[in-house]
Amino acid sequence: MMFAAALVAVLVSLGLAMVRAILGPTMFDRVLAANSTGTLAVLTLALIGFVAGRPEFLDIAILYTLLNLIGTIAVLRYFHPSEY
Amino acid sequence: MLYFASAVAVTYAFWLVLSGHFTPTLMIIGAVSSVAVVALASRMAVIDREGHPIYLLVRATWYWPWLIWQIIKSGLDVSRIILSPSLPISPTLINVKASQKTVVGVVTYANSITLTPGTVSVEVEDDEITVHAITRDGAMDLAGGDMDRKVTRFEGGAPA
Amino acid sequence: MAVIVDILSWIFLVAGGAFCVIGMIGLIRMPDVFARLHGASVTDTLGAGFIITGLVLQAGLTQVSAKLIIIMGLILLTSPVATHALAQAALHAGIRPKLAHDETGGHIAGAEAGAGEDESSNS
Repeated sequence: MMFAAALVAVLVSLGLAMVRAILGPTMFDRVLAANSTGTLAVLTLALIGFVAGRPEFLDIAILYTLLNLIGTIAVLRYFHPSEY
Repeated sequence: MLYFASAVAVTYAFWLVLSGHFTPTLMIIGAVSSVAVVALASRMAVIDREGHPIYLLVRATWYWPWLIWQIIKSGLDVSRIILSPSLPISPTLINVKASQKTVVGVVTYANSITLTPGTVSVEVEDDEITVHAITRDGAMDLAGGDMDRKVTRFEGGAPA
Repeated sequence: MAVIVDILSWIFLVAGGAFCVIGMIGLIRMPDVFARLHGASVTDTLGAGFIITGLVLQAGLTQVSAKLIIIMGLILLTSPVATHALAQAALHAGIRPKLAHDETGGHIAGAEAGAGEDESSNS
């Protein structure tokens, strides 16, 4: 029950991040929204693992935390290859 | 060599936590792969005092709780700003001085600034960090140098 | 005893969810990229921190807690790096923050030419 409450809150925040990703006037707003989406996806995975009683989801969450950083840096590097 | 051994120990502990199985086969495979990973990493010359600052772990026991307390305090401030209808922000760009001697110290300081909500380090030079703060008060707090002194003590310099 | 732990983790989970929503509201309301970074940083630190603390309280002293603490540590290590890279890239792309006070006197650390427009050309 308590996990479901937190899950609803996290999903609402995911929706808000999507709104910013669609609105975002510059590329950096969208990358920022994607980065927040990554963090929220990690939390969603952890909460789903608890709701379903399957702790294996946490391993995916660990991987996703690392991929989130690499994804953000990769996009920034793609648009500004001279830096990083 | 000492750093090699401690990096293997940390990697092996990470393997054991993720695996959770303690059969001999899996433990031997884990030991072999942690040694292999650290050997590959040391070919890249990242296993040294700068790349694997394990000696900071002792002083981290008082620095990290203090940092978490700062994060909670400034996070509540930023939440209050976001929720108030008039959105009372006064974005400020400010240069703060980083008095740390080592690269690890400056990186720790810049990351601590970014980690506390309300302040983001935008540019880092050798001993100067340009910070974007959401309110002028937050920028002035940072310019007061409290966190700078804490990080300098954390990296092992003299308490200024 | 179990009741106290349940109540505590209710508090932490609800607070964490609330901070996630607050951070994302900040992401929507703030006027420019640099100000939006602060909203996202609330979600990354307080939102994730409180939710994971609540989950750790539910899991008890098990392997699951260890994994959750590893996740929290990784988030705390990686989120400032991503935020700083984003802010620096936005500045180098020529986006100027909307400022109420500029205390730098036109000098930005690491830039030789000050806060000029020629910075976007040499990057």
